[in-house]
Amino acid sequence: MSLLEIQNLSVAFGASTVVDDVSFTIAAGEKLAIVGESGSGKTVTALSLLRLNQDARYAGRIEFEGQDILTRSEAAMRAVRGKDVAMIFQEPMTALNPLFTIGNQIAEVLMLHEGIGAKAAALRTVELLDKTGIPEPARRALSYPHQLSGGQRQRAMIAMALACKPKLLIADEPTTALDVTIQVQILELLNQLQREENMAVLIISHDLNLVRHFADRVGVMEQGRLVEIAPTAELFADPRQPYTRKLLASRPQRRVNPVASDAPLLLAAQQLSCAFQIRQGWFRKSPFVAVDDVTLTLQQGETLGIVGESGSGKSTLGMALLRLSSASVEGKIQFDGRPVSAMSSAAIRPLRAKMQVVFQDPFASLSPRRTIEQIVGEGLALHQPQLGAAGLRAAVLSGLLEVGLSADMLSRYPHEFSGGQRQRIAIARVLVLKPALILLDEPTSSLDVSVQQQVLLLLAELQRKYGMAYLFISHDLAVIRAMAHRVLVLKDGKVLEAGPTEAILSHPSHPYTQRLLAASAYALDGRAAPGLPAEVA
Amino acid sequence: MTTLSVSPGRRIWLRFKENRRGYWSLILFCGLFGLSLMAELLSNDKPLVARYNGELVFPVLHTYSEKTFGGDFDSPADYLDPFIRDQFRKNGNWAIYPPNTYRFDTLNYFATSPNPAPPSGENWLGTDDRGRDVTARLLYGFRVSVLFALALTFTGVLLGMVTGAVQGYFAGKTDLLFQRFMEIWSSMPELYLLIIFASIFEPSISLLLILLSLFGWMGLSDYVRADFLRNRNLEYVQAGRALGLSNAQIIWRHVLPNSLTPVVTFLPFRMSGAILALTSLDFLGLGVPPSTPSLGELLAQGKNNLDAWWIALSTFAVLTITLLLLTNIGDALRNALDVRRKA
Repeated sequence: MSLLEIQNLSVAFGASTVVDDVSFTIAAGEKLAIVGESGSGKTVTALSLLRLNQDARYAGRIEFEGQDILTRSEAAMRAVRGKDVAMIFQEPMTALNPLFTIGNQIAEVLMLHEGIGAKAAALRTVELLDKTGIPEPARRALSYPHQLSGGQRQRAMIAMALACKPKLLIADEPTTALDVTIQVQILELLNQLQREENMAVLIISHDLNLVRHFADRVGVMEQGRLVEIAPTAELFADPRQPYTRKLLASRPQRRVNPVASDAPLLLAAQQLSCAFQIRQGWFRKSPFVAVDDVTLTLQQGETLGIVGESGSGKSTLGMALLRLSSASVEGKIQFDGRPVSAMSSAAIRPLRAKMQVVFQDPFASLSPRRTIEQIVGEGLALHQPQLGAAGLRAAVLSGLLEVGLSADMLSRYPHEFSGGQRQRIAIARVLVLKPALILLDEPTSSLDVSVQQQVLLLLAELQRKYGMAYLFISHDLAVIRAMAHRVLVLKDGKVLEAGPTEAILSHPSHPYTQRLLAASAYALDGRAAPGLPAEVA
Repeated sequence: MTTLSVSPGRRIWLRFKENRRGYWSLILFCGLFGLSLMAELLSNDKPLVARYNGELVFPVLHTYSEKTFGGDFDSPADYLDPFIRDQFRKNGNWAIYPPNTYRFDTLNYFATSPNPAPPSGENWLGTDDRGRDVTARLLYGFRVSVLFALALTFTGVLLGMVTGAVQGYFAGKTDLLFQRFMEIWSSMPELYLLIIFASIFEPSISLLLILLSLFGWMGLSDYVRADFLRNRNLEYVQAGRALGLSNAQIIWRHVLPNSLTPVVTFLPFRMSGAILALTSLDFLGLGVPPSTPSLGELLAQGKNNLDAWWIALSTFAVLTITLLLLTNIGDALRNALDVRRKA
């Protein structure tokens, strides 16, 4: 008999139906993955199992151990939440209360659901933390969430979820906010705990390849409907639905055009260091070195990939190269033969047209109160005032057409566009200036996989057409492999390895690079990562 | 097919219009303010147009002496004088009077009842203790209050926005120093300063405006500063910097339009606050000179002449309605600017 049975579930908010006639079951001890792009209704489906959606109207049946969830009283639901069904969330920093120690928060669940005393709860807490592989669990139990790393926070969340031995664990994108090496560790941990406790796990993810190694069965959601659900091996070997095939095929393809051998040097940085002043107490300040002694060159038409996990200093390095960083920067930067590191910020302003940035988050990088025409034309109006109104409009229009948008979008506002379209607008904004260098700071990481492909394709095509150089910052080795001529591996502000992409990614010499590669191979191919060392505190 | 794009500003206006109470309050308030701007034509002791001995005269625009209309003296004509009124009724002469035949400072020397006189056909809302028509004083007083509030709100918003923008955008030391300055400035005793200045200088509307403006900007400045602090770190500001825009351009085009929510939300509430401030100061005798029509001065009269109920009651009604309308408008604006609501 199945642990959870969902029949014809529909969830509507107001007039819009977000989940549409979804049916599936989860057996006791089974691992099911639900995969879909943003807006496919996968999270709403998961939240429905605990009836946690606000102002939602439900239709259909959700039966947990033979009892209907949807008709239960709110008080009866509270007994289910956390005890029979536990949940972990995408961003552990916001899911944990910042004012209490994690030990406190885990003990609270124990005392609430199991009715044990504070002392016994504290002991059990340390046990649980130990089980999730957090080093020094007794000391960590007294830590506040901000004192832990992202991976440790997610481990603490898992410990909390496991506190009452749930029969079903719902994990909503448990690894999305984490670095790739830590993602693998968390999935491994979930796998191991599932086996030990014999609980069922429902994992929600946007990344089909990531769950391949983990789940017994995989369901694919598209626009509120469950389009396909099958055992994992079957689904990957023989996807029935075109949408599933599209998701499976959305791995980045290498699209690199060779750089001309006589291409002139565009950007050169020598012994670049960036430091932030960190306040300690009232008067003392100590420097935090974000980028340490980096030397790099970039030719015209070339793409240099900068790879690193969060906190490696890759964004700081990019901003410093364009003289946009607020850190104190040392070292020499030459751009187009000019020493930009020695120029005043006013003197650089005319040069800005030649070096441009595309940011990660297309929702934050477009000012919400300006039309697309104003956004795209702004730089042009500043740097080429001789164009006049008509010339400006024509240039903006050709820029929009270039990135695959149409003329009727000129007078619209950013909120009317999807994430992928917004990123195209951001690209058009820099493209109209005909820059020689574009800094791409994680340009695709906030986009859905299928959209990601289109944007990468567009970028590669524009490079072929205009011969721009890219500084491509990413944490995603697959994207770097597809886009970069040369790659730079950054950790704690230092360059560990640099060289041609193929050479570095097929024969990494530094252990850190090997670890990154192993983790991303796991994520991509479902191969078990060999020799992954446990996370060190 | 082209879909019409709705700008964020227009969406706010559409959401505002959806709130019927706020929308009608705005229309009513604008209507009343419009009428009060034409007070000279509605409530005046001079005829608008008159014909005297075959000649068209405009007493509203020009001052004519009594001799012009057959009087004995060279002093300005008093059109409430029964003699002058009679002159206009004689052989083909006529005069069109405003609906209410009193200005705010008109003293009717020919009134029949003692002051303060109760409401009658002559004085719709009675007269005050000096025999001036209450209707006229309310109409002119409302105009002075609203104009004063507009001016005070304008200067307050301007100062608040500029100071808030500078602090929030440049942050760091600028912010730190300015915040300390504001702490010192805001701890100055405003009311005592007003009392002191009222005794040194001749009280006037412009003096009040300056004094109240000096202290009124700080509340708003904090909100604008907070919004700027938040917005300066967003990527579109970075993008502007990367395009090579200057600080002034970034502030004006990118940060300011996205930091206007507190400014717009507080506008009606600042207006009602300003009206109340002027009224209270006038009530205490620290406000405008006695010749200016003022709601506060009328309230003080009402308190001193409790048996003349019409003074206190009508002033109270005008004040309440004005503040209620502004609060309704403010409520609707606040809802309209709340992005979590759907249009």
